[in-house]
Amino acid sequence: MTDTGFFGRLNWDVFPIAGLIQTPNTNEIVANAAAGIVVVGVIAVVGLLSWFRLWGPLWRDWLTSADHKKIGIMYIVFAIVMLARGVLEGVVMRAQQAAGPGDGFLEAEHFAELFSTHGTIMVFFVAVPFVFGVANYLVPLMIGARDVAFPVMNQISLGLTVSAGMMLMVSLVVGNFSTGGWTAYPPYTGAAFNPGVGPDYWIWAIVVSGIGTTLTGINFAVTIYKLRAPGMKFMRLPMYCWTIISSSILIIFAMPPLGVAALMLAADRYLDFHFFTNDLGGNMMNYANLFWLFGHPEVYLLVLPAYGIYSEVFATFSAKRLYGYNSLVIATMCIAVLSFTVWLHHFFTMGQSALINAVFGIATMLIAVPTGVKVYDWMATLYRGRIRFSVPMLYGLAFLMLFVIGGLSGVILANPTVDYQVHNTLFLVAHFHNALLPGVLFGLLAAYNYWFPKAFGFRLNEFWGRVSVVCWTVGFLLTFMPLYFVGLMGMPRRSFSYSDASFHPYMLVAIIGALIITCGLLSILVQLWVSIRDREKTRAPVGDPWDGRTLEWSIPSPPPPYNFAIIPQVTDRDNFAVAKERGEAYPSPDTYEDIAMPRNTAIGFTLCVLSGVWMFALVWWIWWLAALMTVLMLASFIAWTFKTDFEEVIPAEEVRKQHEAWLDLVRNSKPVDRDYETTPENRGLARPDLEALT
Amino acid sequence: MKRAPTHSYPGLNLGRRHESAHRATEVVTFGFWVFLMSDLVYFGLMFAIYITMIDAQAGGPGPHELFDLYSIFAQTLILLTSSLTVGLAMLALKYNLPRWRIVFWFCVTLVLGLSFLVLEIRDFIAMAEKGGIPQRSGFLSAFYGLVPLHGLHVAAGCLWLIVLGIQLRVFGLTDLLMSRVVRLALFWHFLDLIWIGIITIVYFGGLTYG
Repeated sequence: MTDTGFFGRLNWDVFPIAGLIQTPNTNEIVANAAAGIVVVGVIAVVGLLSWFRLWGPLWRDWLTSADHKKIGIMYIVFAIVMLARGVLEGVVMRAQQAAGPGDGFLEAEHFAELFSTHGTIMVFFVAVPFVFGVANYLVPLMIGARDVAFPVMNQISLGLTVSAGMMLMVSLVVGNFSTGGWTAYPPYTGAAFNPGVGPDYWIWAIVVSGIGTTLTGINFAVTIYKLRAPGMKFMRLPMYCWTIISSSILIIFAMPPLGVAALMLAADRYLDFHFFTNDLGGNMMNYANLFWLFGHPEVYLLVLPAYGIYSEVFATFSAKRLYGYNSLVIATMCIAVLSFTVWLHHFFTMGQSALINAVFGIATMLIAVPTGVKVYDWMATLYRGRIRFSVPMLYGLAFLMLFVIGGLSGVILANPTVDYQVHNTLFLVAHFHNALLPGVLFGLLAAYNYWFPKAFGFRLNEFWGRVSVVCWTVGFLLTFMPLYFVGLMGMPRRSFSYSDASFHPYMLVAIIGALIITCGLLSILVQLWVSIRDREKTRAPVGDPWDGRTLEWSIPSPPPPYNFAIIPQVTDRDNFAVAKERGEAYPSPDTYEDIAMPRNTAIGFTLCVLSGVWMFALVWWIWWLAALMTVLMLASFIAWTFKTDFEEVIPAEEVRKQHEAWLDLVRNSKPVDRDYETTPENRGLARPDLEALT
Repeated sequence: MKRAPTHSYPGLNLGRRHESAHRATEVVTFGFWVFLMSDLVYFGLMFAIYITMIDAQAGGPGPHELFDLYSIFAQTLILLTSSLTVGLAMLALKYNLPRWRIVFWFCVTLVLGLSFLVLEIRDFIAMAEKGGIPQRSGFLSAFYGLVPLHGLHVAAGCLWLIVLGIQLRVFGLTDLLMSRVVRLALFWHFLDLIWIGIITIVYFGGLTYG
């Protein structure tokens, strides 16, 4: 902390181009290509926005909006951009190992950066924002509310998550990221062994996005507890909302350990504290415990919402009520509680007694019980249903089969004696990818296909959707199944080189899989392009293209800013499905009321920019800038609290006009049977399936 | 519209005298309780770290050389009294007493909060003179990770008192500001709660086991 000029420790050597000039080799070319993509990407976005004169609409309609639907979409766009980077990094890592025994084409440091950013991005900047983007969009619609409990806080959460994610992008261009893995274990990441900027990028990205996520958790817990429509009792909540409550509770309790651990690591690195150092009484086991006290619940806060998505998808595309709703609720809550009792299984080999390992091993195996309950409930939901093999359903079916394999390999790992054999091998890597890809990512992609017509008023292209399902599934199998085998053969994870030639064929299969996964990613983009091009053929403005069961399908697509012209009265679980059966869907209200909605505000965007600069200043030791940003963040927040007009009123007359125009559309649309679900006939008015009712 | 129940969240409610403010306060106060819960986890973990590191003194000064219980006693009295005064501000709000009473009790609370901070910083300086700096040992790192974190919360509370005091002068007792007073009072009581943990675990526990 001595060398602090005006620009801290920034100088010309921190840009990757300097490395390319000094030592031109493949390693530097890959690093420069990555940095180049970021720079060109930024220039392209700025250029396109200027060319089409979109800065104004972007600012007015999106960046300053406090509408939960727009915030949700922005979260998802951000997650997909980060997903593209994460997937490409995975492909580069597979390519390095497919290059055969020996040192490959990357240097060890570079490979370490790749697995560190890949893990950090996929967990914190793909899975979390995607999960909460979907939740943002859906939760208020599903519970019959007009927005989340704290719309402006929601905007701030988004701002903090995005600015933290941007730090990972900046680290490609300025300096380099941590080489300490996504877990960043000290003392390796401490100042003694890692004096560079890498771990600092990790620390501040984690701290700031952690604050954003905590605020999101509070927001959604309060939204679901307090803003449910009249009559929406807890046991009438859609299953998805139950999973979001548990996920929010997990966030509220599990994010603090991560923040504490990262800030303590920062104190060690910046202020020479001794929390986790090797000398003067530091104890890195405290870090391992804190990190996994967060890390394990994190897994469930990601996967539970995906379970919720599958529950909705299976019910809708089987045209049946979800089987075993009560048991699913109980199982969800059991998993949420149990997830806090298993963190130690991430370090069975780090010196606890056999008894402690046994206790945590058993607790870990117990989680398989409620999860098994869920799998059976979903299969029973499918049983004798009116099944349509649409894209979300295909993702769901792939999930059911693949996730069981991933879960079972988890039960194997839960046994400490087995874990001793395979820990730190690619077996583990195969296991958690097997849980996270089919578990979380397939769920999110299913949600994207399922609710897209709700958000934009037209359906996604089925053909390219199916192509992406096939690519993701086959690509996943080819990439990660070989890793189970090489893991059992003893190939360590996170190593940039290996000497055992018998691993090589497996690595070749894995790279083919990784390329197929890349095709899956591309086909999602092609699907989006084709769908936008052909949108006139797939419009479903009435709002119910899948014969949906929950409240979000009872309103227009896309929904108006206030969601519900009249707040619905809920009488049943699957309220909209029941209303359709009784012929009581689409009621015309007698009176309308003025609706107060949150006004646009720039506070989220302001904090996004300021916190981004603040993080950058801290990473590069530009102390004056960090201090300035701290003052500005405080000042802009306090200035915001002096505002008095937080809401704008949409007059009842306007609501009436819009709602009645839509009701006319409902009356004049032809209801379609499920056989015509994916044809242009489907304008979003579903004919109840009489066969399924009997 | 249905009347809100008299008690819609734990703690002192605004009640019937302020029907609209009371209703507007329900959701946001519940949210604030949830936030406090999350913040409490932060402190809980720091307490746990402190407990595991009591022995990690690495030959440096320990609790017996560093802790000054007279000063801690004074800080405790000051902070507990400030909880009383912020409570009196809440009562003045709830029972519609003149607005200057609220601002007066805010000022007293602010003075108490600031004097607490002065005493605490004096303690830190005295500790540093005896070699008790966070860079010396794991134990001292844990101490300085926890106690100043509480101090930072008190400082944030003081800033909040100042800002809210100004807003009360500028805007008068609007529903929004009433709801902010409720939350500030909760936050201040929370600081007291943490402090009770600190004297019990950090100071008494440190002196007993350190």
